[in-house]
Amino acid sequence: MAKLHVSTTINGEPVEFLTEPGESMLDVLRGPLGLTGSKEGCGSGDCGACTITLDDRLVCSCLMLAAEAEGHEIRTIESMAEGETLHPLQQKFLEMAALQCGICTPGVLMAAKSLLERNPDPTETEVRFWLAGNLCRCTGYDKIVRAVLETAADMREAAR
Amino acid sequence: MTDIRYLAPRTLDEAVGAFAAAAGAARILAGGTDLLVQMRAGVLRPGLIVDIKKIPEMTSIEETADGGFRIGAAVSGAALADHPKFGQVWPGVLEAVNLIGSTQVQGRASPGGNLCNGSPAGDSVPAMIAAGAIVTVQGPNGRRRMPVEAVPAGPGRTTLAPGEILVSFELPPRPAGSGDAYLRMIPRTEMDIAVVGCGVSLTLQDGVCTAARVGLGAVAPTVLLVEDAAKALIGSKLDDAALEAAAAACRAVCRPINDKRGTIVYRTKVAGVLLKRAAGIAAERAGRA
Repeated sequence: MAKLHVSTTINGEPVEFLTEPGESMLDVLRGPLGLTGSKEGCGSGDCGACTITLDDRLVCSCLMLAAEAEGHEIRTIESMAEGETLHPLQQKFLEMAALQCGICTPGVLMAAKSLLERNPDPTETEVRFWLAGNLCRCTGYDKIVRAVLETAADMREAAR
Repeated sequence: MTDIRYLAPRTLDEAVGAFAAAAGAARILAGGTDLLVQMRAGVLRPGLIVDIKKIPEMTSIEETADGGFRIGAAVSGAALADHPKFGQVWPGVLEAVNLIGSTQVQGRASPGGNLCNGSPAGDSVPAMIAAGAIVTVQGPNGRRRMPVEAVPAGPGRTTLAPGEILVSFELPPRPAGSGDAYLRMIPRTEMDIAVVGCGVSLTLQDGVCTAARVGLGAVAPTVLLVEDAAKALIGSKLDDAALEAAAAACRAVCRPINDKRGTIVYRTKVAGVLLKRAAGIAAERAGRA
């Protein structure tokens, strides 16, 4: 079976790749494109470790065919820091030790960033519901939720 | 997976042609949150995947001239939530659609997929039934319309004919004093499959219920329209006796399974409880509409 040729935009750059029709976006990101920040946890959309944005909406890249990227815009965790400057969420996660093994962290950060773009002042409940699709087996979530809330407060302060 | 073909047609005619020509070997891809999981688990190995999201009709939300809504079958839950007006008119349908999976799943999962997946526990289906939604399907023999409750045929099965594709949901215009609500029972607060799901849509005039529809999920092989529950509500002031009669009608239609999420006795009892609570929320919303 012939491979499909896909033209898309990843982290602001035009990208072309070849994919098998049944191949997931996650496999293409981590394989030929070498963007290994997105992790594979479950492969069934339960854990959120592979979270990316597709046209600014959060999706699990394991539940998306790479062929579907044609003509769309994708962002991955690799776009979060600007050069050596970490995103405030990344910095706060380090300061507050909101991670242990780190496998879930790229997905959590992508989801948290999307939340704060939509809602700069979320309640703890809103954070917990928004991140319900990001499973962490190390931290017990409390540090993650606190780090997101503190980042939100810092970013609101910085925006004043 | 090398023997799979992928097509993303731009028109419905093309999609129907390819889907029908591949006979049973093809699968429709909307959000993929069921399809890709099934492929991955080895349950499905489609020869052809028809991605319908490049067809404008499949991904658009339109308010019709009479105040109703037309929702493309592949509209994502997140897109529906972002619509400026839909959630004000149909808050129960929106809350049901938005209960499907996580934020990430909402970015892709669609009411059309939820319906065609055929799960008796699909969250959007009872709310769509309560709303009186009409679906349009298109196949090799043209288009037809049917009430949403006519689509499920059993767990994992629908009444769509070979080659037919679900195109859209039409929700009727809302009279003043109307409200809807969807509640589901799960053993935790998020990320689970309904033990019971109940959608209620009703209209109140001077405190009297003049129209009602009730959809009930996860208590039978298909999601059910509970006409006797609606009859018990219509003409009443939603007093305790009417609510109890409607709850009894819900319990009476339950033919649930016994499983780790809930026993037959438990699901049956909860069906009545959810009817009362959902009717209460729908009435409160109707009072504001």
